[in-house]
Amino acid sequence: MVRLSAACLALLAVAACHPSEPERSRQSTIPKEDLRSGSDYLTPETLAQQEDDFENPGYLWVERGERLFSMASGAETPCSECHDDGLKGVSATYPKFDDTLGRLINLEARINLCRSEHQSLPALDYESEDLLAITAYVANQSRGMPLAVPLTEAARDNYERGKEYFYTRRGQFNLSCEQCHVENNGRKLRGDTISQGHPNGFPAYRFEWQTFGSLHRRLQDCDTGVRAEPFDLGSDTYLDLEYFLSVRANGLEIETPAIRR
Amino acid sequence: MPTIRLSVPETASKGEIIEIKAMIQHPMETGYRRGQKGEVIERDIIKFFECQYNGELVFSSEFFPGIAANPFLTFYVRAEKTGELTFKWTDQDGTRWSDSASLTVS
Repeated sequence: MVRLSAACLALLAVAACHPSEPERSRQSTIPKEDLRSGSDYLTPETLAQQEDDFENPGYLWVERGERLFSMASGAETPCSECHDDGLKGVSATYPKFDDTLGRLINLEARINLCRSEHQSLPALDYESEDLLAITAYVANQSRGMPLAVPLTEAARDNYERGKEYFYTRRGQFNLSCEQCHVENNGRKLRGDTISQGHPNGFPAYRFEWQTFGSLHRRLQDCDTGVRAEPFDLGSDTYLDLEYFLSVRANGLEIETPAIRR
Repeated sequence: MPTIRLSVPETASKGEIIEIKAMIQHPMETGYRRGQKGEVIERDIIKFFECQYNGELVFSSEFFPGIAANPFLTFYVRAEKTGELTFKWTDQDGTRWSDSASLTVS
């Protein structure tokens, strides 16, 4: 008995040795041929709603975005004046490393950069209706095209940081993204089926929100779900994670505006 | 001004039953939810919807807090003569939003 408690103490001591060292989960991945979009996990009714261009409520934002895109709204030049051929295929390559700025930017940041550089307009708040709408409109033009985000040398560090986030256990539940979205995808988490965690439908209309939202808002919900402290919308951490997730999902079709539960 | 989406066929033959769809962007906040700090989120809902065909009421609906956000309605109308369909939503404070679509009957 005495020997047993000594062994227990020794175990505890080992466990307490590295309190600040983050714990990693297994580094498993999903083979390319097994990638499944979030829409594969929807009920047939919800999928039908997503694919019906009228019934899909996400088009409320796409239409609003289309209006904003061609409207000057205080600027000398509306977006449509430069981008008169549309932006088909553009969102499939974001997030992208901007060489002039020397940092990674996502579609939301790109839109805000355009506003400040070419339209002398103030940046829109992350998750504001207008930014969501313009992002939705731009991303919608690439609907049906496969995600093709290159893993470039310049953005290698961002990728590695995003990857580390994905495999690091966090929160009171001590779960990493991988433990749900790789090891247990397709299984049940309470009433819901766990997806593979791909970003190809975002920004998306989510029933839980009863509104339209960005990928970063979805990431906040995941972090809250494992009872971890969520990061800010548009933060570098989420941007790196967005990049990792996008590279991971390469090949899946863009579905914006998707519907998710 | 919320975004309104309408689906009305441009043309129809006389006597034909046509499908009308209407959607409006609105939070339809029930008034039963609480925010992160426990504060009550005020009710904010649309109370009434009506559709007129050449000034004649052809469809109306009363909304309650159980209706989901961005209410979407589908209903059917018999095409009688060329004219305009007007759609009107009224919220709990009396604010109104409307839109219209024209229909050619041959």
